[in-house]
Amino acid sequence: MSDAAHAHGHHDEHSHGHPTGIMRWLTTTNHKDIGSLYLWFALIMLFAAGSMALLIRAELFQPGLQLTNPDFFNQLTTMHGLIMIFGVIMPAFSGFANWQVPLMLGAPDMAFPRMNNWAFWILPVAGLLLMTSFFLPGGAVAGGWTMYPPLFIQGGISYDLTILAVHIMGLSSIMGSINIITTILNMRAPGLTLMKMPLFVWTWLITAYLLIATMPVLAGAVTMLLTDRNFGTHFFNAAGGGDPVMFQHIFWFFAHPEVYILILPAFGIVSQVIPTFARKPLFGYASMVYATASIAILSFIVWAHHMFTVGMPVAAQLFFMFSTMLIAVPTGVKVFNWVATMWRGSMTFETPMLFAIAFVCLFTIGGFSGLVLAIAPVDIQLHDTYYVVAHFHYVLVSGALFAIFSGIYYWLPKWTGHMYDETLGKWHFWLSVIGMNIVFFPMHFLGLAGMPRRIPDYALQFTEFNQIATVGAFLFGFSQLIFLAVVLKAIKGGAKATDQVWEGAEGLEWTVPSPAPYHTFETAPVVK
Amino acid sequence: MMKASVWHRAVVGGIAGVFSQGALAEYAFNLQPPASQVAQDVFNLHNLIMLVCLGIFIVVFGAMFYSLLKHRKSKGHQAAHFHENTTVEVIWTVIPFVILMGMAYPAAKVVIDMKDTSNPDLTIKVTGYQWKWGYDYLNDDISFYSNLSTPRDQIEGTAEKGEHYLLEVDEPMVVPVGKRVRLLITANDVLHSWWVPALGAKQDAIPGFIRDSWFKADKIGTYRGQCVELCGKDHGFMPIVVEVVSEEDYAAWVAGKKGAAQVAVADDSKTFDMAEMMTRGEQVHLANCAACHQANGAGIPGAFPAINGSKVASGPIEDHVRLVMNGRPGTAMAAFADQLSDADIAAVITYQRNAWDNKSGDMAQPVEIAALRSGAESEAGAPAQ
Repeated sequence: MSDAAHAHGHHDEHSHGHPTGIMRWLTTTNHKDIGSLYLWFALIMLFAAGSMALLIRAELFQPGLQLTNPDFFNQLTTMHGLIMIFGVIMPAFSGFANWQVPLMLGAPDMAFPRMNNWAFWILPVAGLLLMTSFFLPGGAVAGGWTMYPPLFIQGGISYDLTILAVHIMGLSSIMGSINIITTILNMRAPGLTLMKMPLFVWTWLITAYLLIATMPVLAGAVTMLLTDRNFGTHFFNAAGGGDPVMFQHIFWFFAHPEVYILILPAFGIVSQVIPTFARKPLFGYASMVYATASIAILSFIVWAHHMFTVGMPVAAQLFFMFSTMLIAVPTGVKVFNWVATMWRGSMTFETPMLFAIAFVCLFTIGGFSGLVLAIAPVDIQLHDTYYVVAHFHYVLVSGALFAIFSGIYYWLPKWTGHMYDETLGKWHFWLSVIGMNIVFFPMHFLGLAGMPRRIPDYALQFTEFNQIATVGAFLFGFSQLIFLAVVLKAIKGGAKATDQVWEGAEGLEWTVPSPAPYHTFETAPVVK
Repeated sequence: MMKASVWHRAVVGGIAGVFSQGALAEYAFNLQPPASQVAQDVFNLHNLIMLVCLGIFIVVFGAMFYSLLKHRKSKGHQAAHFHENTTVEVIWTVIPFVILMGMAYPAAKVVIDMKDTSNPDLTIKVTGYQWKWGYDYLNDDISFYSNLSTPRDQIEGTAEKGEHYLLEVDEPMVVPVGKRVRLLITANDVLHSWWVPALGAKQDAIPGFIRDSWFKADKIGTYRGQCVELCGKDHGFMPIVVEVVSEEDYAAWVAGKKGAAQVAVADDSKTFDMAEMMTRGEQVHLANCAACHQANGAGIPGAFPAINGSKVASGPIEDHVRLVMNGRPGTAMAAFADQLSDADIAAVITYQRNAWDNKSGDMAQPVEIAALRSGAESEAGAPAQ
């Protein structure tokens, strides 16, 4: 690897004294290295949090307590959620941003390379804090990823470690976002106006603003938890004049935009992939940009739809119901645009396209269940049931995660210089898409029938759908080993990728050689 | 065979469920059969929205899958190059907006109805505890706790699971049919949420605040629900059972409850012998303490302390009583002073000090608890030992 780095980094003084081995990765300021680090971190965390999910599903295969005790079960659901969100989806998108934003803009690197190094390297520290808390007295955090007090106040030392980890991950996201915004606004190639930028860059620009706006809110909320826990404050304790529900308002003011932080870059990836394999330009570029911005703005005024059951006044209930329903409009615009882009194209179905199509279809199912949940009276019935679990896994697994897979397959030839194994890729796709639906579709019925979420044991009428879901979970989980095999195989070798890689691909990243040299665009390209 | 029948039911039910109301209940592919007008309204609203979503899904993805089949390179289809069409984009923005307005109107009507808790016939205060529910009938001055009654060995898999596994309680909430019941919902320790699906009532229980909800059951019957807000270890083990009975049966139940309350008051001034204390104490321990400290008093290392062989159970009895009555602020150890009667506290203290390996030999009597209780109240707010 370091040889390649030397060979490509021929002209500037960095490459001469370039450290090798572990120090190369610890000290790297190269956007491609840092992008790879983010992606590997996300993959490792995916397997960690995925194993927790399989343990959860194994426990729920039948009624009764078999493998876990209730406290350990709660630790698993909590850590699965926290790690999947903060340790998998967000770092994976940061990895894409690091690799692709400079390549797509014709920039030599990110704006702040040293801060970029820090933004990544504090993440494993946070990951370690979370993972080691399993081995501390009392075990890991078991209060749910939403960290609601007063339950969160009751826990042991691992709860403080988790607060610290959340702070670190927030810091990492803020640094990453500042870097991305600065790069996008200042380092575009001459002629690359904002409205000519690839949609992936647009979605990340908007995502980065969301992160900067909401991460400090989360930091504030967890700091109040920390002082309530350790320093005798009463922000969320009614006995001291506080209010437990205030935490929920603050938390969801962060966490609803967070939901879009987890999906907007996915929209961006899919908007790159579909035109490439339909061999047809994106139907409505401008309206896609406006729709993304509308979703981001609306995301700040819908938070209390997560709280329809806390007992808000009628006016608040109605306001949050109407504003939430409104989000269906720009989201619909996006789906219609993707379908219109495919319409009368000349489509081929390589693995990135398959994942993108599955994304459009299955994400829309998650969108529909979201619309059902937006209707306040229906939400009151379904709140905190498996219906909600089904809903957010449709948008996060078949949404965010499938878009990540799509993006990896799409850009892997550019990153490694080798085509991935298409047969294995297709196996990965079909097993994932079938497995995913077997796990999560029956959960809609469980929720409708009245099964609460976050329970280690359930009444007998829920048995059959739970068994189906568990079978699907193991199919889906073990299929991801194929993905690991595909990635490792493509790194080791395979058919040589051309610069263009895909027949229909357009954009600056496809003008550089494959694999992309260590330093690219030392002289800015001119975009006409 | 088992697997085959699951799949058979899934497929047949899936198809039938879309088309026929009857199949919905049988295969549990939809909300539970409603037993109140609000639940019925929610049921109808959900069906309406599902139909609209299904229609949109078929149109949009019909178009997409048609395109996937016809517009492929392998079929020699040449890519068109059209993009950006303002008319189309305005249409597909306006149509969804209009559809949403159509949904918003009936939904808003139900919201307003659900929120109207005025003119109740009966008011019940519901309190969530880790991990049981407390019910106070404000009109009739009846109070009791409602604990999970599923035996431990069914949960651990050493006994056959009963029909209402995890959805059964020792004392259900009892209400008369056809009456507006207003619920004042709160919690004692952490967040809980009171939900009975068939009655269409769900409300979070928030410590320090009272929120209200209401229902009017249309049909006599037993309706089951669960706590739906994560409240710690035994979140999955605090079900709710509502018995809806005729007005006469309700009056009889109220009379019976008032009689039982008098016996409980009388117990608080009695003196018990050791055997009586140990029997009663074991029941109280199993219902209130065993969830954390375990039936054998061993606790869960690292999470919940042991009582068997502990300093508390062998030290001064007053400290033990105070700990049980006042709890340990900032931990899951609740204050039981208001939850248990003097006789129950005396019994459980006696039991814990003399059961398992604990052989202190001392015992508490209800009158001593009453004396400490007046002392404990003056100490309220002081940190527990």
